[in-house]
Amino acid sequence: MLRNLKLDCSKNKGESRSAVKIPTEASGEKGKSRKMRTILYLIRKEFIQIFRNKFISKAIFGVPIIQMLILVPAVTFELKHVNLCIIDNDITSESRGLINKLEGSTFFKVSFSTWSEKEANNLLHRNKCNMIINIPSGFGKDIGSGKPSKLLVTVDAINASTAQLSWAYLNGVISDYNMNIITNNLNINLVTPLPRIQITNRYWYNELLNYKYYMLPGILVILVTAIGFLLAGLNMVREKEIGTIEQINVTPVRKYQFIIAKMVPFLLIGIIDLALGLIIGKLAFSVPFEGSVFVMFLGSTIFLIAVLGLALFISTFSGTQQQYMFVAFFFMIIFILMSGIFTPAESMPWWAQKFNIVNPVAYLMRINRMVMLKGSTIYDIGRDLYSLAVIAICFSAFAVRRYRKTA
Amino acid sequence: MKRFLGFVKKEFLHIFRDYRTLIILFGIPAAQILIFGFAVSTDIKNAGVAILDLSKDEITQKLSDKIISSGFFKKTDNLLNYNDIDLVLKKGKTKAVIVFEEKFGSRLMKEGKASLSIIADGSEPNVATLVTNYTMAIVNDFNRELNGTAVNNSFLIQPEVKMFYNPNMKSHFMFVPGVITLILILICALMTSVTITREKEFGTMEVLLVSPLKPVQIILGKVTPYFLLSFINVILILIMSWLVFGLPVKGSIALLLLECMLYILMSLSLGILISTVSKTMQQAIFISFIGLMLPTILLSGFIFPIENMPKIYDYVSMVMPPRYFIIIIKSIMIKGTGFFFVWKETLILLFMTLLFIGISVKKFKVRLQ
Repeated sequence: MLRNLKLDCSKNKGESRSAVKIPTEASGEKGKSRKMRTILYLIRKEFIQIFRNKFISKAIFGVPIIQMLILVPAVTFELKHVNLCIIDNDITSESRGLINKLEGSTFFKVSFSTWSEKEANNLLHRNKCNMIINIPSGFGKDIGSGKPSKLLVTVDAINASTAQLSWAYLNGVISDYNMNIITNNLNINLVTPLPRIQITNRYWYNELLNYKYYMLPGILVILVTAIGFLLAGLNMVREKEIGTIEQINVTPVRKYQFIIAKMVPFLLIGIIDLALGLIIGKLAFSVPFEGSVFVMFLGSTIFLIAVLGLALFISTFSGTQQQYMFVAFFFMIIFILMSGIFTPAESMPWWAQKFNIVNPVAYLMRINRMVMLKGSTIYDIGRDLYSLAVIAICFSAFAVRRYRKTA
Repeated sequence: MKRFLGFVKKEFLHIFRDYRTLIILFGIPAAQILIFGFAVSTDIKNAGVAILDLSKDEITQKLSDKIISSGFFKKTDNLLNYNDIDLVLKKGKTKAVIVFEEKFGSRLMKEGKASLSIIADGSEPNVATLVTNYTMAIVNDFNRELNGTAVNNSFLIQPEVKMFYNPNMKSHFMFVPGVITLILILICALMTSVTITREKEFGTMEVLLVSPLKPVQIILGKVTPYFLLSFINVILILIMSWLVFGLPVKGSIALLLLECMLYILMSLSLGILISTVSKTMQQAIFISFIGLMLPTILLSGFIFPIENMPKIYDYVSMVMPPRYFIIIIKSIMIKGTGFFFVWKETLILLFMTLLFIGISVKKFKVRLQ
């Protein structure tokens, strides 16, 4: 088709104006194919315009590749280790035992030990340690004689979830140590075992909790969204700003034809970026792909139509590229951070979850992760696909309606 | 000097003429701070959990009630057999399935042990770990209740915890500084890079170049208005995070504002640097938006702590200015420490600013082509 188009174009160079001119009353097969041809011409024009800028034409494929390679392995919520600062005011075999126990766990690292509380607070202030454990004097004596003793723990809680996790781990180590003391030192008779529920746990779909599997689909969605959303809108506003849109407006090109022609190139670019990203995922990070590639691309195509429709809709409100850029920035950041890419979407308050109903990024986020990692089928994600399609149709329709051919 | 002031005035007129951009400029940070302060948290609430109870006795009923009523979870389903696990997890609403083995209650009472398994959806590792950890904690609690107080009291070491800096464990202590950092660098870099390339693209740059203004004056004239606007923005954000989240500036406000000025200046000079290498606005926007956004979110310690990343990223993230600013702003705002604790980061930001300005003055072309 495209080749035909090229031939057509070179043949009709002289009379290209008549080729674009479509009689509005055109009917039947001929009219249909002409309408189609107009769209193809317009699409060709868009492609030429996009790829004329050398930087942009390289960056739309290069930047996602580079960012994925660099960023995907970086991101993890997994706590590597907690740096401890120990204030041992006791120095008995009991306090030593506790410190050894902490050192023995892979999770804690005793980075500092000091006698001064001020020094310890200083380390916490300077981010050198994350947790201070203060063993009061008399600790060993109390425990030796079977009296309970306190242990003062200070946690840097600016990152609340990390703080909670390290506190939970610390509790685990301490209760282990407690059991040791009870069974060894005090010789409590534990011949009859106490009833105890044993817990086993498994992580499905991602046994080792590899964060790369989790982040790759997310980062990919962000990049595809950012490129499509930003460039499609900018392209449209640029025509307005430079005035070339007037030239389109005086032709009989229909509104929907123009909007479709603005969408298709970025739809294709988005799909290619997605494919590149998946190839990188496979080759560089060996991210599994459990589900069907078709379902994933179907979801992504609908998603891109939604995002591009919204971009073009917004662009009709903006007069300058700067204005568009700020609005796009606003939407992008909100879409991305609220979509559940980095933080669990379920724990947001109800109004934020309601907002995600119109947030296309949230849908694709779910779809991509589910299809890639869990192998969810089209039935599992049917509802999401359906809602996404409704959003896509609405946004595109808004864009066509809002676009005015009259100045 | 008079010429320079005239130029600054022209820039201000440009900005104020476009009142919509101005609204957005001040609206974005406000809206985003509000949304992120209230909506985004890394903790879990109401995570979907399904229960596969193969025993259905009093104890499993009690334990599953205890788990569901903890506030972290929301029951999505009661499953009947193992095959259902895959089905519900694939639907995505359920994050974990808790499985009670057959004859759970009678085994626990007669043999003294019964087993429970937690099958979590690993495709969201963070949620999976949290759900598993919370469930384990609840079950352990249940274990303790079961054993009565006898053993409990003989636990000799009783740790007392103090959650420093953030006693109520609010997640906006993490997000407000992060959002300020993210928004400032993106907006500042975008604004300056676009205004300069805009002049290039429309050809008005030529007018400026043939004027008696020196390149330094042109650059400074471009930066000054945006510097003032961004500074007002910072003050608005700080007031808002104080009024809405009760997040006061614990340290010295003057120091914080000075550091913010430095960071704004750094971001603006980054914008100028971007503008000297881009020919069109689209290119400038592409670099400063798509090029900066993700690395700023991911490599600055905004959401993901740098300590947890592979070692090499400790070095990679060193070139990211936001990394230093986040440390500075957290230290001054939340920890309340003084300049003594952040002088190194401040120096690095200062150095980066000078570097960016130096390169852009050097690269600034006095001639078109």
